[in-house]
Amino acid sequence: MRRASASVGRIVLHALVVLAALGVLLPLYVMIVTSLKSMDEIRSGALFALPQAPSLAAWKDAWSHACTGLACDGLHAGFANSLWIAVPSTLVAVALGALNGYVLALWRPRGSNLLFGLLMIGAFIPVQVMMYPLVRALGAVGLVGSLPGIVVVHVIFSMPLMTLLFRNYYAALPVELFNAARIDGAGFWTTWTLVLLPMSAPMLAVAAIMQVTGVWNDYLLGLVFAGHELAPMTVQLNNLINTTTGTRNYGVDMAATLLTSLVPLLVYFASGRWFVRGITAGALRG
Amino acid sequence: MRATWAARAALVPVALTALLGYLGSTLWTAQMSVTASRTLPSDHFVGMAQYVRLFSNERWLLSLDNLLLYGVLFISACLLAGSVLAILVDREIAARGWLRQIFLYPYAMSFIATGAVWQWILNPTDGIQAVGRALGFSAFRFDWIVDPDRVLLTIVIATAWQASGFVMAILLAGLSGVDPDLWRAARIDGIPTWRVYTSIVLPQLGYAFATALVLLLTGVVKLYDAVVAMTQGGPGTASEVPTKFIMDHLYGRANLGLASAGAIVLLVTVLALLAPFLYARTRAAASIA
Repeated sequence: MRRASASVGRIVLHALVVLAALGVLLPLYVMIVTSLKSMDEIRSGALFALPQAPSLAAWKDAWSHACTGLACDGLHAGFANSLWIAVPSTLVAVALGALNGYVLALWRPRGSNLLFGLLMIGAFIPVQVMMYPLVRALGAVGLVGSLPGIVVVHVIFSMPLMTLLFRNYYAALPVELFNAARIDGAGFWTTWTLVLLPMSAPMLAVAAIMQVTGVWNDYLLGLVFAGHELAPMTVQLNNLINTTTGTRNYGVDMAATLLTSLVPLLVYFASGRWFVRGITAGALRG
Repeated sequence: MRATWAARAALVPVALTALLGYLGSTLWTAQMSVTASRTLPSDHFVGMAQYVRLFSNERWLLSLDNLLLYGVLFISACLLAGSVLAILVDREIAARGWLRQIFLYPYAMSFIATGAVWQWILNPTDGIQAVGRALGFSAFRFDWIVDPDRVLLTIVIATAWQASGFVMAILLAGLSGVDPDLWRAARIDGIPTWRVYTSIVLPQLGYAFATALVLLLTGVVKLYDAVVAMTQGGPGTASEVPTKFIMDHLYGRANLGLASAGAIVLLVTVLALLAPFLYARTRAAASIA
């Protein structure tokens, strides 16, 4: 009797798990099948059906012909822009975050707690509050609509998370390591580069994963600070799906959505539990 | 001594970020909110006039109403779905790793992409409504995305789909800290598993829930991309939100003073929402010390 009810429980549990997984996966499935269908097939009201004659035409259109605002040459320029923006934004932000974390966890100069507190509160300020002054400040030095400009903005807004990740990571290391290095006469920079950075590989990876996905998925900062020439993929995607000219081709829309999500999804599925670690490290110990 | 100077020098970028980037620009925005600034900042002081205008602006008041309703529904949906997903993953020990991977993948997608896919699924001509009608239910209606009374629900659906896995991940981290003896004791007493979760385990995850709540709350206030991608504030003004009001008045309408006042109201809202959590943390830290 006991065993029977236990196995019924297992069956209900498995059924719920399968149902939940299918529900969560459904939009991904719909995106993929829609992107492989012709417009006639899409119009037939079979949202969930497999494509009858799978074709990559919509993908080609999305990549090189779809209209994203004034120009009609697809998302490929946005892909390059996002890449150009994401790489330096990640390198600079992770390096600065590691340096900040090192100083705030181990050196703790006077005022560093106050600075860290201010930084953490800054993480919660809506971007709109700081946006116009930053546009003006960057405009004054000619950086709005330039690569250095958008990179600086991404570094500014990622500083709290990057700093927090490394501060907590370094604070959890045995302090003897740090003390031994100092007794051996290692200075500020050598202690960091030769003792701590070589041990930071896991957190460097976690921080880079968080930052690449964060920057790639950003829309607002790219819209305001990158300008037309450097518009990232998310901005182009939004222009594409909300364009009012011509008839909408949902196949192209979904191919474009998948293309835009490709990098973060690949990073996510390849990095597995590191991504989870980034979320929980950033959230739980903040 | 030299090392200390190096340590201080290393903090210059982060100090500039916090003091000039965050504090400085926030103060500048606060200052602009008490001036008659239009396209460009002006020094013409008007006191609280922009705030008075803001709170007599129908669109702003509607945006606030929308944000409140959206926030309550979105947070409830995420906490509920996140708890269910966390329990499912916690129970399915064999498939735990890749189940978590599946439940969390939407969180790796941008809000623009999220909005794009849900806008397609929910569109009345070819989306779910068309599927229902193709199945023979000719009166089937599912046109919330173009229904002013229901459009916010569609934004809740899309963004909760994106963020529930995130809540799950935070709760799973909390669940891993639950004492295994507790499960043994509950089994001996013959308490059903679901009761152990609802009455004993979940109440122990207070800190994880509080963390999730803080992050969801700030996400609510920042809601912008998903609205832009899904509805652009429509139909009409039915899904307008404060961030979009601010953006539209900064750019389209060139009304810096009013936009700044809106931004400051948003900031005060965030700080007011955060205050109880900050207070609780400081209290907890003080009692440990």
